Amino acid sequence: MITINEIQDEIIDEFSFFDDWMGKYEHIIEQGKELAPLAKSYYVDENLVKGCVSQVWLHSSMEDGSVKFEADSDAIITKGLVAMVIRVLSGHPPEEIFNANLYFVDEVGLREHLSPNRSNGLVAMIKKMKTYAVGFSVKQEN
Amino acid sequence: MNEPEAIATIAPFDVQKVRNDFPILNQKVHEQPLVYLDNAASSQKPKAVIEALEKYYTAQHSNVHRGVHYLSSRATESFENVRGKAQRLINAKHAHEIIFTRGTTEAVNLVASSFGKKFISEGDEVLISEMEHHSNIVPWQIVCEDKGAKLKVIPVNDAGELIFEAFEKLLSEKTKIVAVNHVSNTLGTINPVKKIIEKAHEFNVPVLLDAAQAVPHMKTDVQDLNADFYCFSSHKMYGPTGIGILYGKEKWLEEMPPYQGGGEMIETVTFEKTTYNDLPYKFEAGTPNIADVIAFGAAIDYLDSIGYEDISAYEKELLEYATEQLLNINGLRIIGTAENKASVISFLMDEIHPYDIGTILDQLGIAVRTGHHCTEPLMNRFGISGTVRASFAFYNTKEEVDVLVKGLLKAKEMLS
Ligand SMILES: Cc1ncc(COP(=O)(O)O)c(C=O)c1O
Repeated sequence: MITINEIQDEIIDEFSFFDDWMGKYEHIIEQGKELAPLAKSYYVDENLVKGCVSQVWLHSSMEDGSVKFEADSDAIITKGLVAMVIRVLSGHPPEEIFNANLYFVDEVGLREHLSPNRSNGLVAMIKKMKTYAVGFSVKQEN
Repeated sequence: MNEPEAIATIAPFDVQKVRNDFPILNQKVHEQPLVYLDNAASSQKPKAVIEALEKYYTAQHSNVHRGVHYLSSRATESFENVRGKAQRLINAKHAHEIIFTRGTTEAVNLVASSFGKKFISEGDEVLISEMEHHSNIVPWQIVCEDKGAKLKVIPVNDAGELIFEAFEKLLSEKTKIVAVNHVSNTLGTINPVKKIIEKAHEFNVPVLLDAAQAVPHMKTDVQDLNADFYCFSSHKMYGPTGIGILYGKEKWLEEMPPYQGGGEMIETVTFEKTTYNDLPYKFEAGTPNIADVIAFGAAIDYLDSIGYEDISAYEKELLEYATEQLLNINGLRIIGTAENKASVISFLMDEIHPYDIGTILDQLGIAVRTGHHCTEPLMNRFGISGTVRASFAFYNTKEEVDVLVKGLLKAKEMLS
C-alpha cells in the first residue's frame, strides 16, 4: 500500500509543474471541487471544526484497521486544502496518522494556510484527525 | 503675471507626498506592490512616529512622575504633553479627563468595571447596539452577569443604521448607561451620536462612545457632543500599538472607584487604609506605556499637520469612488449602505466565501480583512457568516481601488 509520505511526494511532484501562484491555487480549487461529498447526516455540531473565518466538517470512521476521513468546508480554498490532507491521511492505520509529519504543506508553499492565525479551521482539523487516530488506536489495544 | 494663479490649481492634498511618509507602504507582497486596505484593523505608521519611538529610547527614557533627576522630569514633561495633545484633539475640557489605557478595549473595560461597580445594580439595564464590536459587548455582559443587570440591544435596519425609535423605546429609568459606537468598524456607519446623547441625557443616562473608528477619520469635539465617555486606540490612527485613550467627564471619573491598584494611583498607603491619587492618576496604576504615549503624541501632531478637513474630504472621495467601482462588479453587494459612512466597505460577491476572496486578493498583494470583524451579532442580524472588508486611509489612492476591482474580477473568475 502506498504510504503517507509517498502520497505527499506525489502531491509535491504535482505542484512542481506550476510556476505561478495562479496555477497552484487553481489546482487546489480543483481538488476542492472533486472532494467526495459529505453525507448530509454528518453536518452536525460534533463534526464541526470552527475556524474564525472558514469552517470545516470532519467525519471519521474505522474500516479494516484504517481510519477513513470525510470532510467539507464552506470555503473552496479551504476545501481544496482539506481534500489534500484527506488524500494524504485517510485510509492509513491510526499510528501512521498520528506520527505523520505533513511536510508537503511547506514544500508546495502553502505554509501560510497552516499558520494558527490563519483561522481557516485547517490546523484544528489536523489536530482533530490526529486525536481521532489516537482514540481509535487506544480502542484497538483494549 | 499669470504665475501666481497656478498655485491655486495645485491640489490641496497630495496623496503621493503623504505616502512617502509611510515607509511600509513601499514594498512588495507576493511580488506585487502592496495595496493595504485593512486600515480599520490597524493603520500604518508615519516616519515621525517611528522616529519618536527610536528617539525616546535612544535619548530620553526614564520612569515618569518619580525621579528628581533630569531624564525623569523630561520624560514626565513629554508624557504629560501628550495628554494635552489628546485633550485638544477631542476638545476635552480638562487634561485630567484624559486617561491613558492600552486601547479602546481597556477603556471600555475600565468604565464597565468601575462605573458598573458604583452605579449598576440588580434589575438595572445597560443599553448597547446590534452593531457593536465585541469589545463593547463582552465587558458589559460581564458586569451585567455580575450585578444581575440586563443587557438591552438597539436593533439595526437593513441599511446598517441604528433604529432611533427603537432606541427611544428601550430607554427607561432602569437604563444606567448607553454604550454605542461612533462609527461601525464593519459597516462604516456613522451613528447620530449627538442625538443619541441628547435623548439619553433626558433620562439622566450617561453615554459611552466607542470611537475606535471615528477618531482616525473625523474631527470630534466631546464637549459639543456632550459625550460622557469617549474611547479610542492609537494604533488605528497612525500611532503605536498598546496605547489608547479613555476620555471621561470629570464628574463621572471623580465618582468612579479605581479600576486597578498599584503604584502611581495612590496618595498614601498603609495596611489599614489607602487613599487614592487625583485624576487622571487614580486610573493609571503602574508604570505607564511611556514610549508609546510619546510616539502617540507624534501621531497626533502628524494628523494635525495634514488636518481633518483634508482627511475627511479625501477619504469621502475615495469612499464614493470605491463604492461606485465595486458596485460595477456583477454579483457584488455591499453590506452597510447607511447614508452617512466612513471609508469602510464590507461586501460579498456571488456566493463566494470571504476567505477565498481574501486569499486570492492576498496573492495579488492586496490586504483586506475577511470574517465577522469581531461583530458576530451583527453578522447574525444580516444572516451572513462574514464579509470581505476594504477599509481606506488617506494614504490610499484611486489607483489602488482599481487594483482591488481587478483583483476581485480575477478572484471571481478563479472561484466561480
Ligand atoms: C469599533 C471598534 N471598537 C473597539 C475595537 C477594539 O480596539 P482595540 O483592539 O484597539 O482595543 C475596535 C478594533 O478592532 C473597533 O473597530
